[in-house]
Amino acid sequence: MKRFLKIYLDKPELAGLALLIVLLAVFQVKSNGILLSFENVRGVMGLLPEMALVAIGVTILMICGEFDLSVGSVFALMPMSMAVMLNGGVPFTGAVLLGLLVCAVIGFINGYVTLQFAIPSFITTLGMLFIARSLTIVISGGFPPLLPSDLPTWLFTDYIWQGALFRMSFVWFVGIAALVGAMLSLTNFGNWIRAAGGFNEAAASMGIPVKRVKIACFMLCSVLAGFAGLLQVLRLGSPLPSIGEGLELQAVAAAVIGGTALAGGIGTVFGAIIGTLLIRTIDNGLVLSRVDANWFKFAIGVLTMFAVIANAWMGKLSRKIKVEAHK
Amino acid sequence: MTTPVIECRNLQKWYSGVHALKSVNLTIHPGETVGLVGDNGAGKSTLIKILSGVHHQDSGEVLIEGRKVELRSPKDAMRHGLETIYQYNSMVPTMSIARNLFIGREPMKWSLFGIGIMDQKRMRAESVQAIADVDLHLRSPDALVGELSGGQRQGVAIARAMHFKSKVLILDEPTNHLSVKETDKVIGFVRGLKAQGLTGIFISHNMQHVFQSCDRIVAMARGEIVFDKPTSETSIDEVHALL
Repeated sequence: MKRFLKIYLDKPELAGLALLIVLLAVFQVKSNGILLSFENVRGVMGLLPEMALVAIGVTILMICGEFDLSVGSVFALMPMSMAVMLNGGVPFTGAVLLGLLVCAVIGFINGYVTLQFAIPSFITTLGMLFIARSLTIVISGGFPPLLPSDLPTWLFTDYIWQGALFRMSFVWFVGIAALVGAMLSLTNFGNWIRAAGGFNEAAASMGIPVKRVKIACFMLCSVLAGFAGLLQVLRLGSPLPSIGEGLELQAVAAAVIGGTALAGGIGTVFGAIIGTLLIRTIDNGLVLSRVDANWFKFAIGVLTMFAVIANAWMGKLSRKIKVEAHK
Repeated sequence: MTTPVIECRNLQKWYSGVHALKSVNLTIHPGETVGLVGDNGAGKSTLIKILSGVHHQDSGEVLIEGRKVELRSPKDAMRHGLETIYQYNSMVPTMSIARNLFIGREPMKWSLFGIGIMDQKRMRAESVQAIADVDLHLRSPDALVGELSGGQRQGVAIARAMHFKSKVLILDEPTNHLSVKETDKVIGFVRGLKAQGLTGIFISHNMQHVFQSCDRIVAMARGEIVFDKPTSETSIDEVHALL
């Protein structure tokens, strides 16, 4: 029993999961059963992959000890640059790959500037937040360009089959989440990410190329944000320059609620998904319960603070429980 | 005469105008445990940083087992069998013992360009063995290093060095910030190095600790080696008088 309790306390994402179940139950009752109805779940699951992919990228970056505020802007820049390229006659595949390349370059700049000049990534990526947003609006020319109607949305955002619960974006999300999760827990690269965030000096003294590991995380984070933006634009059918505003902070909130430590070294992909699900549930649940929707941000704020305090408390409690005595 | 495991010849190092090492010559034979003492700024850390690949000398050369080597990074030093344990302890507190033991040297099931799937079963099994080898008893290889005491952490760091068949273990102030009991434990580890066939360099400014565990005392001051005698032929007072 003690052992079980300790394992539970060591995994803050499980506390998030418990909270999620409680909230689902509460909102299910408050919304007179609409929350978990097929149509509603279908709607929420259409939105989930977009935010969850951003949260996963931010989580990985936070685990390696860095931070990215520019994901919301990159979320808008990628589909906008793709749309501009499409209108310039570039084929779809090429435009998507080039768009993702733009994201990778932005991630590289974020990482390189942060590490080379030893400035906090908070500052670098705050700068990039403005830069990428500005670029988005400039290349759009002020008017959102139209997307061709023959884009392969069947591959990205259409429902898997007629009347299915999930869109194709959900398949991408599950696949990417599984890959990134496996990378983090099964590969040596994942080990280095945790080491770099957990204790930079120790990782460096063990010969890990800390800078390269971190730059790779910055790039992964930006590419995931851009891909998520692509999903949203393909779903909505039009690249608005304003999408993704405020998303960077929601993504951080999702990561933190899912048990990721701001100081680095701690966090899981599963936690990021739980955090996103919690935020989406609150958003949707409040609306369905006919609560003034402006309370949404209030609830996210309270939940974020609560999550961090609860995690710290659970960690302390866990350390007190020694399952077996020392010899 | 056996080949020295480490030989430093005329090592010099400047830090922006400061002459940190002035032509240091030091020969260490296999199986020796050398205590390196000296005041702050005497050049101990500079010497150690060169041997652990963190800094590179401005002139002079390092020979390991008679062969000239270039130590350009910590990885180079580890490859030549020199492993350093720092006072802050080169362990990541948020990671398990098994993962810590293999940071940067993970056994792989499969890999491409050096990145791939770790063999976690082997990591667990080997870390249990490595920890038992230094006579340390821990609950499980999955316990977080952050839950261990300072002395236990140094023990795991030493187990790691031994597991990777290091020839020379450099301990940079390993007893700082430790309680008396924990310090005794670390001194026990240092004494045990000889039995394991390892060469040790123990840096400390606590004379007691060095005299208790080393068989040769080397003292540095102002970037030079000013004293070098077997422990049995000197005393704490004699070394103190010099510094």
